[in-house]
Amino acid sequence: MDVKDIIKEENLVYSKPSLLSDKITHYCPGCSHGVVHKLLAEVIEELGIQEKTIGVSPVGCAVFAYNYIEIDWQEAAHGRAPAVATGIARVDPDKVVFTYQGDGDLASIGTAEIMHAANRGENIVVVFINNAIYGMTGGQMAPTTLLGQVTATTPCGRDLERNGYPLKITELIGQLPGAAYVSRQSVHTPAAVRKCRKALRKSFENAMAKKGTSFVEVVSTCSSGWRLSPVEANKWMEENMFPFYPIGDIKDGQKAEAGDFMQQNLKN
Amino acid sequence: MGELRLMKGNEVIAEAAIRCGCDAYFGYPITPQSEVMETLMAREPWNQTGMVVLQAESEVASINMVYGAAGAGKKVMTSSSSPGISLMAEGISYIAGAELPCVIVNVQRGGPGLGTIQPSQADYFQSTKGGGHGDYRLIVLAPASVQEMHDFVGLAFELAFKYRNPAMILADGAIGQMMEKVELGEFVARQTTEQVDAQYGSWATTGKKKSRAKNVITSLELDSALMEQNNLRFQEKYRKMQQDEVSFEAIRCEDADYVLVAFGSSARICQKSVELARAKGIKVGLLRPITLFPFPSEPIARLAKQVKGFMTVEMNAGQMIEDVRLAVNCAGERNPVHYFGRLGGIIPTPGEVVEALEQKLIGG
Ligand SMILES: Cc1ncc(C[n+]2csc(CCOP(=O)(O)OP(=O)(O)O)c2C)c(N)n1
Repeated sequence: MDVKDIIKEENLVYSKPSLLSDKITHYCPGCSHGVVHKLLAEVIEELGIQEKTIGVSPVGCAVFAYNYIEIDWQEAAHGRAPAVATGIARVDPDKVVFTYQGDGDLASIGTAEIMHAANRGENIVVVFINNAIYGMTGGQMAPTTLLGQVTATTPCGRDLERNGYPLKITELIGQLPGAAYVSRQSVHTPAAVRKCRKALRKSFENAMAKKGTSFVEVVSTCSSGWRLSPVEANKWMEENMFPFYPIGDIKDGQKAEAGDFMQQNLKN
Repeated sequence: MGELRLMKGNEVIAEAAIRCGCDAYFGYPITPQSEVMETLMAREPWNQTGMVVLQAESEVASINMVYGAAGAGKKVMTSSSSPGISLMAEGISYIAGAELPCVIVNVQRGGPGLGTIQPSQADYFQSTKGGGHGDYRLIVLAPASVQEMHDFVGLAFELAFKYRNPAMILADGAIGQMMEKVELGEFVARQTTEQVDAQYGSWATTGKKKSRAKNVITSLELDSALMEQNNLRFQEKYRKMQQDEVSFEAIRCEDADYVLVAFGSSARICQKSVELARAKGIKVGLLRPITLFPFPSEPIARLAKQVKGFMTVEMNAGQMIEDVRLAVNCAGERNPVHYFGRLGGIIPTPGEVVEALEQKLIGG
């Protein structure tokens, strides 16, 4: 029996987004990356911008994002995706460019690039996967790792004196005049997935309307890195990450006007 | 005859970029090359040709912006000086690995470290042997005049696109800062989106059409067997450059007993040294590599059959001398190959060069 015989067209309530490739992902069970990929594929398809969208994948677990979504991609050096996206968006202003970055990529090695891209108000979308750990390299401390959280490089838990504070980079981005929309989402329940998709859709619409930088953090799980089962990981995230990284919009609007910043009596 | 102007080497890089239809420049200020971006900003090419000029937050950002724009199939460049080029090394390696065309200008200053802002040629190894990680080569052009600063911008783009490989113009503070008469090229229109799509749509991120598979710009390949194939393809490309793109200038080498080998600023000095030596009755010639990679090994090997010896003149501790020795020795010749140079931002004088030649080659 063929799958078509089982699933009748009229009974179809859900289908895989056409832009999601059939390639089996390399992600671990319970990882949030796959869900966010699906949402991106849906939003790009919905907006009908497959031919205009250029993705920039990071160094991190999502380095192979280009294998899973059927658009043109560039793979950036670790942390440099916002600079790569700037290069593309500046020479091809008719394109819709997004970066997809982990917390090590965006909030540690690439802090300068994300700050300055958002401060210039580049018309790009930034998808920021915060799983509080370096997934790809085997679970080391990330800038977003919580105090007390055990990782491969904080075996006794993240220590304030040694490692400093967990970085709320999304709140920092929210302060920048070049940012149009800054939001923190998650994908651990169907309701959260729907909200996250709305945030992503708004971000892509902003980029198309040239409103400035749109930034969506997705508080995510890394069951392998956290050494938890997928179900336990969701629970751990809700109990420990959400209080410190509260879900919701941080800024919603568009980049500031020059007039707000010009010195009235500036003389050269 | 094109338009004639008196210009600084750095300024002419900017003018040549606009004129040859460059799509974008990304850079970060550093002496002695800041005039490149300053000239571009003053010229406002975005109003004339639509060229993008952006001051980035660092050289790390500049080179990655170059990666993005080059990946989109555009003619894109950056410029910097030695410390900034070091900072770009990872990005340059990615560009070579992803096989993207771009032009990088290095107006060298003395190192190591923050060093000096005075001219130097101490980045010869860095430029010609890789510089970043992995087995890759840059096409390296060494201008010796303001005119060549102009001409090599267009040439570097041509070679970069021909081989889909980054090309470097390796200048130094002296050529960047000096003023000379220069004949400017005609304006070449920037390529339209349709032209870029038609020419580079097979690999560049021009937007995925239904009619083609997605294009992915990446240097990553985790399957070692495939990564080895990639590397072999790169090596084949470098061999082809060695075969087809070597460029050099030979000055009074026909009857020479001794040949100076020098590039860029020091080649300018050596031109005078050749005259001084000849006035003394010493038959000296000058071989000036114009491409540092691919290196003119064959012309040097040919000269080795004729001359008594070589002396490289370099504004570094003796880097190119290794390539000259390789060229001579690999040809089975045993001519002495000496080095003379000044370091730390000091430019040798023509007289010093002749003195060194007499001491090392003739007296010795
Ligand atoms: C310059 C450089 N430094 C270090 C690395 C090694 N590295 C690869 S991925 C990674 C961290 C990735 O963590 P994150 O950005 O949080 O993404 P995740 O894997 O968790 O999705 C590191 C340090 C590298 N590839 N390049």
